[in-house]
Amino acid sequence: MILSGDPPRSRVLSILLVVIIAALAVTPLLFPGAKAMNVATKICIFAALVASYDLLLGYTGTVSFAHTMFYGIGSYSIAIALYSMGPNWAAVAVGVAAGLPLAMLLALAIGLFSLRVEAIFFAMITLAVASAFLVLASQLSWLTGGEDGRSFQLPELLRPGTILIPKDWFGFAVNGRVLTYYLIFIACAAMILALLRVVNSPFGRVLQAIRDNRFRAEALGFRTVFHLTYANCLAALVAASAGMLNALWLRYAGPDTSLSFAIMLDILLMVVIGGMGTIYGAIVGAVIFILAQNYLQALMGAASNAAADAGLPLLPGLLHPDRWLLWLGLLFIASVYFFPTGVVGRLRNPSRKPA
Amino acid sequence: MTDLAATDALPRPKRDLLPVLLPAILALAMLPLIGSGSSWVTLTVASLAMGMMIFIMASGLTLVFGLMDVLNFGHGAFIAVGAYVATLVLLPLAPYVQADSLLTNLAVLAPAALAAMAVSGALGLVVERVLILPVYGQHLKQILMTTGGLIVAEQALYALWGPQIIPLPLPTSLRGSFIIGDVAIAKYRLLAMLVGLVVFCGIQLVLNRTKIGLLIRAGVENREMVEALGYRIRRLFLGVFMVGSGLAGLGGVMWALYREQVHASMGDDLTVLVFIVVIIGGLGSIGGCFIGALLVAMVANYGGFLVPKLALVSNILLMVAILMWRPRGLYAVTSR
Repeated sequence: MILSGDPPRSRVLSILLVVIIAALAVTPLLFPGAKAMNVATKICIFAALVASYDLLLGYTGTVSFAHTMFYGIGSYSIAIALYSMGPNWAAVAVGVAAGLPLAMLLALAIGLFSLRVEAIFFAMITLAVASAFLVLASQLSWLTGGEDGRSFQLPELLRPGTILIPKDWFGFAVNGRVLTYYLIFIACAAMILALLRVVNSPFGRVLQAIRDNRFRAEALGFRTVFHLTYANCLAALVAASAGMLNALWLRYAGPDTSLSFAIMLDILLMVVIGGMGTIYGAIVGAVIFILAQNYLQALMGAASNAAADAGLPLLPGLLHPDRWLLWLGLLFIASVYFFPTGVVGRLRNPSRKPA
Repeated sequence: MTDLAATDALPRPKRDLLPVLLPAILALAMLPLIGSGSSWVTLTVASLAMGMMIFIMASGLTLVFGLMDVLNFGHGAFIAVGAYVATLVLLPLAPYVQADSLLTNLAVLAPAALAAMAVSGALGLVVERVLILPVYGQHLKQILMTTGGLIVAEQALYALWGPQIIPLPLPTSLRGSFIIGDVAIAKYRLLAMLVGLVVFCGIQLVLNRTKIGLLIRAGVENREMVEALGYRIRRLFLGVFMVGSGLAGLGGVMWALYREQVHASMGDDLTVLVFIVVIIGGLGSIGGCFIGALLVAMVANYGGFLVPKLALVSNILLMVAILMWRPRGLYAVTSR
């Protein structure tokens, strides 16, 4: 089946997912504004990216801080290819053909080098490698454009100016931008379904066994390093693909949009708030986080002004719109502590007391 | 196996000197490559000073890990907090900082450093009780919790002080350099080296010459055994955590003065450096941490001078090289 025998198992969660997916599917038709489209695209891309990270964090129990590196490799490979070869499909193909193997080889190298040891070691090494990569990307300006990044033109078909279906046919216009959106939507949906397939396969069961008791999994005869490295490579491939889609949407790739440590923290927050060890959690987490990022700020700005008017000390600073991450950080700590299985875990097992 | 008579001295543990000599070998090997003796001295002093500062920040982290198997990903937050607290003391007392007298300057710097250590130590107490206590023994959750703590601390710093970079000028008498022949040695670097050496000797003295140090070393080697002998290792650990956080705060002050600016994100970059040092040195080893810090600083300085492009990835290369040679760091203390 399409859900790989792992349905949401909760009525609320099913309704929630159906609403989210339906809303994402009709966004370009109902809310063709630039902001709504950007938010919807970001949700799609991050849902896939976070799901791939969940394959590592939730299913194998390894913390990687290098996930944005793979995301960035995808973004940059598309951007550099389209920038240097001009806006045509051959360049897109070259970008894909160069980016995916590069991401996979790097994941393989990191995995073989450091997955033999403990989770903590792996986390530290990925952090170091990712930060070196970030510095590299911002310094090799002849290739990557340095801090400014690379802007590029899309192939003719995907540009906003290309009208595929004029507005007077059905009441809404389908232009190249909408086409790009649906391309991203379908690609992300496919990746999430593929990940669902992976985690519910025998391979996925082994990963969970390794997470729960590595020693025992090894004793049962599974080659744990092989499995972990394989999962690492898969996650890197999906992350790189998500990065490519992101570059296609933004028509730009730069350190801040695709490589920075802030994105890594965002991904962590999304996985944990949504629910570790459930692919559905990635979707829920991405939706909550990105909606908060884009709409909570306005609310906080209003609250901050109200607090400033009332003459309260400190509160205006704490409620300043730029401080939204402070509150999500607190929510993050609370969710690690009180409901480690996240929103999805709570919805699936509402009766169970938090451990 | 031969029997030992009760009066015989215990067999001496094998000394493993190669890692100790490594920084010296590296420095000497670089001499012909750099060519000019005066630049070599300047670079070596610069790396020693930088290494000492990194060591101060990293020492707490490595002890905390060795003793309690807790890795604090929010260590950078203590570094930033220390630097911010120092601005609270140094900026209002700016006239004394600008005064051209070493004594006056030090009389302001000392309380600033002490305040920074006290505040980040106290923060360490809160963090240990609130964030780490509930998740002992669960690595995954520890990483997540402390990362969450890092996010919150950084945002709180932004909320309290604002997002701008705060300039923190060096005291007047510590500016400039001593010039001996054609060799220039920055004064502040000498002070940094001095403080670093004092901290290193202090830690070594406490670890090797006091009862608490004995308990800490025993705890690093075998926690359960120390507990079984009736010592409350949790309390010991809390103390080590607070001291480690305080040292991170001290390192933050020194680094902020070195760079002459304070920013909430300064902890992020330093965390990466500190992690590399801790990995190279071997988790839990103070001596390894010291050597690791010197090596990282040397590679950064010499590398930056000889092959500027390589300096970007030099830390990673160093880490890979060391781990190829000794997969668990220079000195593997823990059995973990």
